[in-house]
Amino acid sequence: MPGIFAFVEAREGEIRKVAGETVTAARGLADALGVEVHAVVLGAPGLRERVGELGKFGADAVFVGESEALARYSPEGFTTVVVNFLKEHACDVALFPGTAMGKDLGPRVAARLGVGYVSDCTALEVVGGSVVAARPRYAGKIASRVEFTGTPVVAAMRTNVVTAKESRRAGEVRQLDVALNAADFGAIVREIQAAAGEKLDVGEAPVVVSGGRGLREPANFKLLEDLAAALGNAAVGASRAVVDAGWRPHAEQVGQTGKTVSPQLYFAIGISGAIQHLAGMRTARYVVAVNKDPEAPIFKVADYGIVGDLFEIVPRLTEEIRKLRNE
Amino acid sequence: MKSIVCVKRVPDTETRVRIGADQASIDPSGVKFVLNPYDEFAVEAALRQKEAAGAGEVLVLSVGGTDSAETLRTTLAMGADAAVLLKTDTPVEGLAVAAALAAELKERQFDLALFGMKAVDDDLQAVGGMVAELLDLPSATVVTEFSVAHGKVTARREVEGGTEVVELRLPCVLTLTKGAYEPRYASLKGIMAAKKKPLEEKAAQVGDAGTRLQQLSYPPERQAGRIVGQGPDAVPELIRLLREEAKVF
Repeated sequence: MPGIFAFVEAREGEIRKVAGETVTAARGLADALGVEVHAVVLGAPGLRERVGELGKFGADAVFVGESEALARYSPEGFTTVVVNFLKEHACDVALFPGTAMGKDLGPRVAARLGVGYVSDCTALEVVGGSVVAARPRYAGKIASRVEFTGTPVVAAMRTNVVTAKESRRAGEVRQLDVALNAADFGAIVREIQAAAGEKLDVGEAPVVVSGGRGLREPANFKLLEDLAAALGNAAVGASRAVVDAGWRPHAEQVGQTGKTVSPQLYFAIGISGAIQHLAGMRTARYVVAVNKDPEAPIFKVADYGIVGDLFEIVPRLTEEIRKLRNE
Repeated sequence: MKSIVCVKRVPDTETRVRIGADQASIDPSGVKFVLNPYDEFAVEAALRQKEAAGAGEVLVLSVGGTDSAETLRTTLAMGADAAVLLKTDTPVEGLAVAAALAAELKERQFDLALFGMKAVDDDLQAVGGMVAELLDLPSATVVTEFSVAHGKVTARREVEGGTEVVELRLPCVLTLTKGAYEPRYASLKGIMAAKKKPLEEKAAQVGDAGTRLQQLSYPPERQAGRIVGQGPDAVPELIRLLREEAKVF
C-alpha cells in the first residue's frame, strides 16, 4: 500500500512535540494523493506505550521499532531501519522533522536510496501528481521551488511552519522487526548533556526573545531570560555580534551563520537588524522590536516597535506579562 | 593524522543576493564570494589536529567552477598542505556533490573527513552525511568540538536543548559548527607559501542529485508595522495589540 512516511522523533523514551507537526504535514500530502500515513517511531523497548497520541494527528498506522540498539539516536542504525521500511512499503514521500535528528537522518536515508533530499521545507505541494517543495535559501533571502526526479521524495520540514492539527485516524500500532546490534555501529552516543534549566531550543520555541549589542554586557541578558521565563514558552536568542563577542553560546544565534527561526512571536531587543540577522527571523509570524535608534533597520520588518531605552522597557514588559499570566 | 576537508565557495553573508535572468540561479555580478563560514571551522579543526599530532596532512577538496580555485588557495594560505578542485561547469548540489566528493575520497586514505555543517548558499545541511553514507563511514553532524585518542574520536554535537557526546571509530566524517575552532587568519607568510602549494584540478564525477531547482523568487517583503510608542509607557499598548490584534497571548 503506497503511503506517506512520517518519521516521529522520540528522545529518551518520549515522543517529541515536533512529531505533531511531522504527522500533520504527512496527513496533508496523504489527502492530496489519496494514500495513507505511516508513522514510524524508533527507540528503546517500552516506546510502544507512548504512541497513542499519533492517530490524533492523522496517522493511519504507527510502526514502532523497539531495540536497545535504538535507545539513543544512531545515524547508521536509524538509517537501516528507515530504509528497510521504505523499501518494503512503497512510500511516495518520506518526511522528517527539521531537528538535529531529522536533519542528520534524512540525508543518509536519501543517499542510501539514491534519491533527492531537501531540508527546511516550508511547504510540500502536489502539482499534477508530483511533489514540489518550497524552501528558502541564503537563510531566507531567496525562496525556491524544487521538484524531484524519483521516489520516495525525502524531505525535512522546517520546524514551526506546520501547525499540528487534529485529524483523527486509526493510528493502529504495529511492531517493526529490528535486528540490530549497537556494537556494529561506528558511532555511538555515550552521553546526553542537557543544557542548564531544561531550556527550550531557539529553533523550536514558539516565542523567541533575542538580544544584541544594545544589551551592553553579557550579564544584562538576565533581563531577556526573565522576559522569556514570564512568557513561559520562550527561548532566548542572540545576534551574531554578541555571539562573536562570546556573550552567548552559538546555539542561540539567530541569522545566516546561526539558526533560521519561524516562531509565532519574535522579540528583537537591542538588535539593529543586520541583513544576515533579518534573514534568519524574517518568517516569524509577529516581530516586536525594541531599540533606542528610531532609524534602526529592525523597525522596517517589525510589526510593532517601541523606541527607547531597553533597560526601562524590558522590565516593564516582563512585569506586564507576569500580570497577564496571573489573571 | 590525515584529514581531508571539503569546502565550498559561497556569497558572503553580508551580500544582498539577486536572482539571475534564468530565474534558477543568482546573479554573481557584484557579489563577494568567500570560503563558506562553517567550512572555516572545519579547516581550522583539521589544522589543529595536525599541529597537536606533530605530523600529518591536511588536504582540501571543493566541487565547483574555476573560481573555486581561489577559495582553495585561501585554505592553503591558512595552512592546508594541498588542494584538489573537482571541476564542474554547472552548479550542482546535494547528492550530486556528495557523489563527486565520495568518488574522490574513495581513492584516498584519511582518518577524518571534515565538512562545514552546511553551506550558507543552499542551506541544505546534507552533503557531509550523504558522503558518510556513500562511503559507509560513521558520522557526527553539527559538531562544536572533538578530540582524537586511541584510534577513536569523541565529538560534542549540538542537539535541541543540550549536547550529545558521540564516540566514533576512525576513519569518520564530522560536520563542524561554530564552537572550539575560531578560524585563524592567513598570515602574509601563509599567503606567500600558498602560491607554491599543490592545487590540482580535475573533472568532478558529479552524480544525480535527484532534485531539480524549478525556480527562485524573492520572498514577500515583511511590511513595516508601526511604532507603538516611546519608552516604557508604550508597553501596555503593545500588550493590548499582541492580545487583541496579533492574538498571540
